Amino acid sequence: MSAAHNFNPRIVGFLCNWCCYGGADLCGVSRFQYPPYLRVIRVMCSGRVDPAFVLQSFARGTDGVFIGGCHINDCHYNTEGNYDAFAMAKMMKKLMEYIGINPERLRLEWVSAGEGIRFAEIMNDYGNKIKKLGPLSMDIDSEEKIHRRIELVTKMIPYIKLVEREKLRAGIRTEQGYQDFYSSEEFEKLFKELIEERLYLSEITGLLRSKPLSSGDIAKAMEMSPSEVSRYMNSSSRYGLVSYNSKDKVFTLEA
Amino acid sequence: MMVNNYGDVMIVGAGISGIQAALDLAQTGFRVYLVDKSPAIGGKMSQLDKTFPTNDCSMCIESPKFIECDRHPNIEILSYTEVDRVEGEAGAFRISLTKKPRYIIEEKCTGCSTCVEYCPVKIPDPFNQNMSMNRAIHIYFSQAVPLITYVDKDTCLYFQDEKCNICVGACKNEAIDLHQEPEKLEIEVGAIILSPGYEVFDPGLKGDYGYGKMPNVVTSLDFERLLCATGPFEGEILRPSDHKHPHKIAWIQCVGSRRVTPGDNSYCSGVCCAYTQKQVILTKDHHADAECTVFHNDIRSFGKDFERFYQRTENLPDVRFIRSYVSIGKEDTETKNVTVRYSTYNEGVKEEEFDLVVLSVGLNPPANVENIADKFGIELNDHNFCYGSPTNPIKTSRPGIFVSGAFQGPMDIPESVVTASGASALCSELLAHRRGKLDRERVYPEERNVEGEEPRVGVFVCHCGANIGRVVDVPSVVEYASTLPNVVHAQESLFACSTDNAQQIANQIKEKGLNRVVVAACTPRTHEPLFRDTCREGGINPYFFEMANIREHCSWVHSKEPKEATQKAKEIVRMSVARSALLEPLMEYELPVDERGLVVGGGVAGMTAALSLAEQGFEVYLLEKESELGGMARRIHYSLEGLDVQEYLNDLIKKVYRNPSIHVYNDAVIKSTAGYVGNFTTDVEYGSMKKEIKHGIAIIATGADEYKPVEYLYGESENVITNIELGEKIDLEDESVLNAKSMVMIQCVGCRNEDRNYCSRVCCSHSIKNAIRMKQVTPDIDITILFRDMRTYGFREDYYRKASEMDVKFIRYEPDEKPRIETFEEGGKQALRVTANDFVLGTGLAIDADLVVLAAAVIPSQSNEKISRLFKVTLGPDGFFTEAHVKLRPVDFAAEGVFLCGTAHYPKHITETISQAYGAAGRAATILTRDAVIASGSVCSVDENDCVSCGACISVCSYGAIEFVETPLGKKARVNPVLCKGDGLCNSKCPTGAIFLKHFTNDEISSQIDALFSDSPVKKHFDKAVGDE
Repeated sequence: MSAAHNFNPRIVGFLCNWCCYGGADLCGVSRFQYPPYLRVIRVMCSGRVDPAFVLQSFARGTDGVFIGGCHINDCHYNTEGNYDAFAMAKMMKKLMEYIGINPERLRLEWVSAGEGIRFAEIMNDYGNKIKKLGPLSMDIDSEEKIHRRIELVTKMIPYIKLVEREKLRAGIRTEQGYQDFYSSEEFEKLFKELIEERLYLSEITGLLRSKPLSSGDIAKAMEMSPSEVSRYMNSSSRYGLVSYNSKDKVFTLEA
Repeated sequence: MMVNNYGDVMIVGAGISGIQAALDLAQTGFRVYLVDKSPAIGGKMSQLDKTFPTNDCSMCIESPKFIECDRHPNIEILSYTEVDRVEGEAGAFRISLTKKPRYIIEEKCTGCSTCVEYCPVKIPDPFNQNMSMNRAIHIYFSQAVPLITYVDKDTCLYFQDEKCNICVGACKNEAIDLHQEPEKLEIEVGAIILSPGYEVFDPGLKGDYGYGKMPNVVTSLDFERLLCATGPFEGEILRPSDHKHPHKIAWIQCVGSRRVTPGDNSYCSGVCCAYTQKQVILTKDHHADAECTVFHNDIRSFGKDFERFYQRTENLPDVRFIRSYVSIGKEDTETKNVTVRYSTYNEGVKEEEFDLVVLSVGLNPPANVENIADKFGIELNDHNFCYGSPTNPIKTSRPGIFVSGAFQGPMDIPESVVTASGASALCSELLAHRRGKLDRERVYPEERNVEGEEPRVGVFVCHCGANIGRVVDVPSVVEYASTLPNVVHAQESLFACSTDNAQQIANQIKEKGLNRVVVAACTPRTHEPLFRDTCREGGINPYFFEMANIREHCSWVHSKEPKEATQKAKEIVRMSVARSALLEPLMEYELPVDERGLVVGGGVAGMTAALSLAEQGFEVYLLEKESELGGMARRIHYSLEGLDVQEYLNDLIKKVYRNPSIHVYNDAVIKSTAGYVGNFTTDVEYGSMKKEIKHGIAIIATGADEYKPVEYLYGESENVITNIELGEKIDLEDESVLNAKSMVMIQCVGCRNEDRNYCSRVCCSHSIKNAIRMKQVTPDIDITILFRDMRTYGFREDYYRKASEMDVKFIRYEPDEKPRIETFEEGGKQALRVTANDFVLGTGLAIDADLVVLAAAVIPSQSNEKISRLFKVTLGPDGFFTEAHVKLRPVDFAAEGVFLCGTAHYPKHITETISQAYGAAGRAATILTRDAVIASGSVCSVDENDCVSCGACISVCSYGAIEFVETPLGKKARVNPVLCKGDGLCNSKCPTGAIFLKHFTNDEISSQIDALFSDSPVKKHFDKAVGDE
């Protein structure tokens, strides 16, 4: 408990210039108080927040990432980038699950330039939540694994952007439409097929690059059940990425 | 005394209308004095919480305009100043003014408000409608421009017995002078715009509805403050008597309006229905379980999107709309609840208790209006608003003096803005010969080329009086800053923004050879332009400036945690310093402007706009799809107010054809349009000819059509006609009309229904006009108007009353019980019978009519979709064009350089169309007078080596700023910097990082993240993991 008491989180906040940043300003003008955890990076539009910024923040050890944009349909720009921020945040939460970081550490909110009090309320609520979750290190059982996965996801960003554009688009540009799509089974399925499985495969391939490993070794490093490992190894073998050395009972990377 | 007392235009009244006029004129190259009697500019709009029908935050959208005015070199703001006398004539007015003493030396006051904290005298705060307390010395409101205090002489102790002058000592800048005298000014200008706005109707004067006696009866403006986060209870709706949340709230409509009783106004105030609906929605937002009841007469949702707004309100749970006059009964002595008495159709008179009653008060003429009229030598109309001619409501009775905003008559914010831009156009016509003569431009030293230099960062940490310094340990932040990489200079400032401190920064840039400047102070949203300017004064590129917000985001929100706040301030500064080192000098793009205008549509709107542009000195191409000019107005003979439309129209057409600067193309079809603001090219076919037109702006004035009814036997019986057809028949003295003994008019035909969910705005007045004319032509005729809500807003209410007095019968129907019509044989002739339910009498009625007149909807022109594609402008859900911003950019399109006026925007009356046409011409002139359009330097650009031509950027850029071009390396994306708005969405969509938003590049943002954790032990470890991309 005392650790949590002394813990002063550091949260990176990406606020769009026109709405949320204005809301944070008005919050100040109105002298509403919130805990001193947030460090603001001003962007012109919440749609400018690149997935890489979120990953970089966690890689550096931030305890939370906050993204604040205009309310849906109030975007300052024709491009309505807040829809894209919405999509990015949903995707990033899934990726955080994969990495092993509690997705609640990422929060997206809409705050208008007139909602100073709302900004304070969100900061109080979110600050408390992060405080309860504890430092980022609390999520991390194996530093090595987290680093490996952040690196892997960062490298996959170009691919993820392409997949998102081609296959993972919510059809209708309404808040509900987006909400529905990103909580749908269809999205879950597509995410699993198109992104998650590729991440696991790449990760296993990466592990094998250093040395041949047995199923047990892989299961341990990946924190997977043996049956899941077999499934991935089967498909890797099918693609001709790895081969099984039945003598030593290890998998090796195909040259 | 003023150093320079010559200007082009004086604007009297700095509410949103005055502000808009000032900005338009200043941008057109005129020097403007903006005068207001209040301590700050902003007017009534600054007191509003939100604005209908979008519920935009009022202050958020208005306050950037304050700063724009404040910073414009062509605008001089004279706050707390009143006009004494006006002499001279159009082109040469001499105006005497008195600047009232604020007891503050304006140049010295920085608005830190330290004095306010020391002031011992608490007074009711006028900005919060006296519902909260302020001090005898205070700033009018927190976003005020000018942001300086003033002393309320009536309550300040010094002015009672000279005992207290504690504020004088508290002010570190020696800005308080309790011996200040009024200052007399003489200013010469060529034209005057009056925009004094309106006064809120005061129900306390007559003791109406218990206002002033019962604490829980408030006006709608009081309620507006209650709703507002900067209001008396910080946005909590608390009732005055016991500061508890009211659960049952009643609104009473038409308080002070639509009544002929003495002390009331006979006209309709036009805005109250919509603002009440807004307040109901906001109340439900605050407290979802609140019970809201609106007692109303007609619901006048006549504006764009108002009908949907009304439905949205009506469909909220626990919201009732009750059509009834009401009176206030008793006040409960214990609870202070208020009883409202009202009548119902079924259950007779009822009484009901409410926790809070809101009076939806109307709009009065400005205070001391006779005095204003006297001083400026202008006439007033019957309602004591400014007299405006029916052909040009912006002109007053005195040449050279124009009127904008609610002094014309009750109007909402967009109309106030439209008429302001219109007044700007008319001033610009009058003073075209002297445009630019007094134009002021800032002169900056030549920009130093810093290429190849190491970053040399200067950090300036602001105390902001005590605002930052009291919480954040500023000296320790300065000390810390000086240890950061690349920092060569760090110092503190008492007020970094004060003129002398800003000068100091400029000097340090030169002396220390700084090539990056970080100011740790308040928010860049208000102060970045100022400090960028300071950088230019210091001779470096303005994009080398970076702001660290340690006030709004630090000292003000962590005021109880000085240690943590100081630590946070250091980290914020560290992030800014890191970012600043990577900043690049950026070029703002200058593109030449073609000085010619294109107007699409040759109706009243298009012709008026074209003429105004021509009078302002620009060449205009006017395109009309028909073979004749005139548009819909050719079918309208008289206006409600009695204007002979045909005479006016013929005169207008003549003026257009005779103007050598206007080129008219009839039978015109637009084939293509390309380009962007300042540089458009449009290909037109007219008859068998072709023409390529180059133009800098375009005004869309394509008008609207009349709905062809399919209901009520229209087209089947020749005696069922539309309002426009009736007008034509009256004019032609058609037998069927002259001989009619009975006429029924049916309102809302083809709109306010599922197909067209909007109100056509003009039809109620149109029917009233025709009814009155029919009564004049054939006095014996029986006329019945079947309506849903009579929407004769503003002064049109007088004609509704007049028709009623002429014995025109008004019978209301409900949409689910529409009138029915049938034909029957009578004496060998076919006759018409209309049946309907009379809601008031509760009985059915049948009327045999010789003539049935349908108030057919105004529908969007069929050509809208094509125009929308050609000019890349959007259409709304009803098929009318969508303006850039409902409230503050009502005649602009989001696409820069394209403007909008007339019924293409939404149905409207001829006078409104004329106002809007001048408005569009005024806005267009702000571009045409410029030598060049300047685009921000913070735009996107492409590194073609990295571009894989996937098109991700192109598909997200709805501004059409990115295109593929063929290069030696193959197809590559390229950004047109003029069209790019700098949101940077493409940057985060690009898989390869080829496209980037300048000033917010991946490296720049990434450096901020790194800097935040540069003191963190985990940093190095993670560095390896992520690599150095």
